[in-house]
Amino acid sequence: MTIRSATAAPQPVCRFLPAGDTGLTVEFGDVIDEHLNRLVVTFDRQVRQADIPGVIETIPSYRSLLVLYEPQVIGAGALTDRLRALVPDHPDDQKDIRRWQIPVTYGGAYGMDLDFIAKSHDLTTGDVIALHSGALYRVYMIGFAPGFSYLGGLPAALRTPRRADPRLTTPAGSVSLGGEQAAVSSLELPSGWHMLGRTPVRTFDLRRDRPFLLDVGDLVRFVPVGAAEFERLDTLAASGEIVAEFEVTR
Amino acid sequence: MIDALIIGDPGPFATIQDLGRHGYQRFGVPVSGAMDGRALRLANRLVGNDEAEAGIEFTLVGGRYEVAAERCRIAVIGDFDLSIDGKPAATCRAHDLERGALVTIGGSPRWVRGYLAVAGGFDVPLVLGSRSTHTRSRLGGIDGQTLRAGQLLNLRAPAPSGSPCMLPSRSLMPDDRPIRVIFGPQQDHFSDRAAGQFLTNTYQVNPRSDRMGYRLDGPPIAPLGDYNIVSDGIAPGSVQIAGNGRPILLLADRQSTGGYPKIATVISADLPRLAQFRPGQEVRFIAVSLDQAAAIADQARNAFNRLCDKIAPLPANRPGDAVPLGVNPISGVAAGAAGDGDYDGE
Repeated sequence: MTIRSATAAPQPVCRFLPAGDTGLTVEFGDVIDEHLNRLVVTFDRQVRQADIPGVIETIPSYRSLLVLYEPQVIGAGALTDRLRALVPDHPDDQKDIRRWQIPVTYGGAYGMDLDFIAKSHDLTTGDVIALHSGALYRVYMIGFAPGFSYLGGLPAALRTPRRADPRLTTPAGSVSLGGEQAAVSSLELPSGWHMLGRTPVRTFDLRRDRPFLLDVGDLVRFVPVGAAEFERLDTLAASGEIVAEFEVTR
Repeated sequence: MIDALIIGDPGPFATIQDLGRHGYQRFGVPVSGAMDGRALRLANRLVGNDEAEAGIEFTLVGGRYEVAAERCRIAVIGDFDLSIDGKPAATCRAHDLERGALVTIGGSPRWVRGYLAVAGGFDVPLVLGSRSTHTRSRLGGIDGQTLRAGQLLNLRAPAPSGSPCMLPSRSLMPDDRPIRVIFGPQQDHFSDRAAGQFLTNTYQVNPRSDRMGYRLDGPPIAPLGDYNIVSDGIAPGSVQIAGNGRPILLLADRQSTGGYPKIATVISADLPRLAQFRPGQEVRFIAVSLDQAAAIADQARNAFNRLCDKIAPLPANRPGDAVPLGVNPISGVAAGAAGDGDYDGE
């Protein structure tokens, strides 16, 4: 995978690829790139607003939108025509973006790979925390498991290949990195990524009216907190409270 | 008193499933739902339910249930050994049972996944609009887990009055003919030769296969470039080529996104057929076009509708178990079923 520089905005030429007879992948590119992802998010919004009969749901990802449909309601050809007319030339202006502040406790039992990451890059753990919490991330995609958020924006100095030997289970709320990506997890999951820390924030909680905290396009900044603060916030989160804050930038 | 089914033994792997949890894949929530949606829909129709109602999906062996209700109407789909109070009973028809009745569901010569539906449905909470169980993320069903001995499955409604219904055939045999695929979405990650190999290879279903995916054993296929792609959405039936070059068929419990190239996708009409493939069973693929797939889907839908039209109340004077053997209504390929086939068009 490669990240293109922000200046090399790719042309919004997209491909329509069949994903069986109930799925259509609309592919904007094949790399991790903010401009591409913003095109996908804009297109996804257009498709959902168009409310095309026969479309069941859409799955936005880094670089494509998978449109799942009922072929007895709309055929692949008719759907392609409808979708083609909705492909944006450029991303929407980013309005009303949510900027989240997510507390993280780094290292120790909370992030068992912090020392490893520091050593691999010849940094102190303090450097790693400063780099990781100093960056502004964007939610590129939610997938793999309910609420599992893939984040772009990891500082280049922290890029680390995934573990050769994935762990069978990692804690819910893990804040991790893998390759050039960062993530926040929601459930206990197997993972080959490196665990930097944990957040008490539940990105997925069925008790809430909106069970999913983050959405594609949201911006995230991590705020280091101590273990005592983690435990305090974790208790609040366990009772259903949202312990992350956001502001909306216009 | 609460009306319920008591689980004596749920068999090796049983879960509550309906037709799936749609609309939340954008948040990473898998669809899940019945592996053999046609069989669950038939079971529901036999007991007078909406066909999307949740039932029990069991695997290889159905187990034992006891009726803890004044009256209860059930149906089992699949050619499994069924007995009620120790007496052999027919599947593919509804049975009215009284308090204390014991339902025992054994194995089947050909079926892997069977369905037990109860009139009125089970009192299982809706989670994000569905009762389907996704065990990996612990969503839906009973605490998001497989059914356990000793649990009570509460019933939402009393048994309906009127004669129970039957299908005019108990011969709903699974078949092992090739699985039809449409190439893509990442066909261009493979050479024409590799795509050809995929169609000529014979694969076996690896025993480490489950509701999430079937791993296939067979000659490996190499992509042109990297085994990894930038993750994108996964459609039902996606044929992913993993790092070892072996295909994985991504089924009901599949993750919503993934980072391996998908050489092809199984057509929707053949997903219920795959539900009945056993570990070790041979799998071959043939490619169809989108137009052919649309025609096949139409035929499958028409065949299913004709089958449903044949569901009728049991004649009052019939013991009910002596149901005539008929054509193969699910796949519609038996002699005399010309035009019923969902398998034409390749």
